[in-house]
Amino acid sequence: MSGPADGYRDTPLRPYVITGGRARAELNLALETLLSAADPPQPLPVTASAEMRDLLQMCQQRISLVEAAAHLKLPVNIVRVLASDLIRSGHLTWRSSPRAEGPSIELLKEVLDGLRKYKV
Amino acid sequence: MVSASTRSEPERYLPGTVERSTKILVTGDFGVGKTTLVESVSEIRPLRTEALMTKASEGIDDLSLLPDKTHTTVAMDFGRRTLNDELVLYLFGAPGQRRFWSMWEGLAKGAIGVLVLIDSRRLQGSFEVLDQLELRGDSLPFAVAINEFPNSEPHSDAELREALDLLEDTPLVRCDALKDPNSCIDALIALVEHAFTAKEAAAR
Repeated sequence: MSGPADGYRDTPLRPYVITGGRARAELNLALETLLSAADPPQPLPVTASAEMRDLLQMCQQRISLVEAAAHLKLPVNIVRVLASDLIRSGHLTWRSSPRAEGPSIELLKEVLDGLRKYKV
Repeated sequence: MVSASTRSEPERYLPGTVERSTKILVTGDFGVGKTTLVESVSEIRPLRTEALMTKASEGIDDLSLLPDKTHTTVAMDFGRRTLNDELVLYLFGAPGQRRFWSMWEGLAKGAIGVLVLIDSRRLQGSFEVLDQLELRGDSLPFAVAINEFPNSEPHSDAELREALDLLEDTPLVRCDALKDPNSCIDALIALVEHAFTAKEAAAR
């Protein structure tokens, strides 16, 4: 029932190793949150992990949290914790947090216009 | 696939003008064509990400696992479409089966809505996810899209609505995720229009 064929598998991975033992991101960033490195760039402390350096490097231009995770081949939950830390420390900036009550009417209108434009 | 072969290698990064992002979830039974639909609309080749889930149903955000406990990873394919200079839409293929429901909380937050993709040859595979969406009873709008396969039975809309026990105002559309990208965009439009109507009604 839970074979790899349906994209579901168990893993002995220990995510808390990469996140420095922390379980949750301080900021609850959505998958589609847009990230970019701070301008001017801030050097990372020497203690920063390889994954943190990779993430900051990945965000030299604008990219979503979930795309950064996919390119880095790290679980998105882990990248959320790392990104949250990098935002707190001023290395990353973020945009576009979804509202708990869902998208506004204005946004929905904009999405409709955008989708209609793409019909060929 | 047609759309993939004619598409140039995607740009990894978004234009610097993009300030906002939003998302739609595409769900349905395993093998129903979620990734195919995402690919037909996406401007990038779909990417795959893994999310960690605890078995204790504590949700996608929770990594608070004991060292001796195994995790479950769930693979999710997703794509994106830049809608104008400032706005990008993400499409997430989300597994619909009951055991994945705990991850929906994190995924669904702030979403426009959910497109439920259904193979009319095996309707029963979609009951779980429709139950889930109806049980949530919150403000997450959804629409149903029948993904037409070459040997799909020619059911009428009324037959499908009855078999799926859909509410009257739930949109039901048909698409061909493999061959007709426009039909997929139409399905998304039906969902967003539905979300728009619901939002307008709530604002009154």
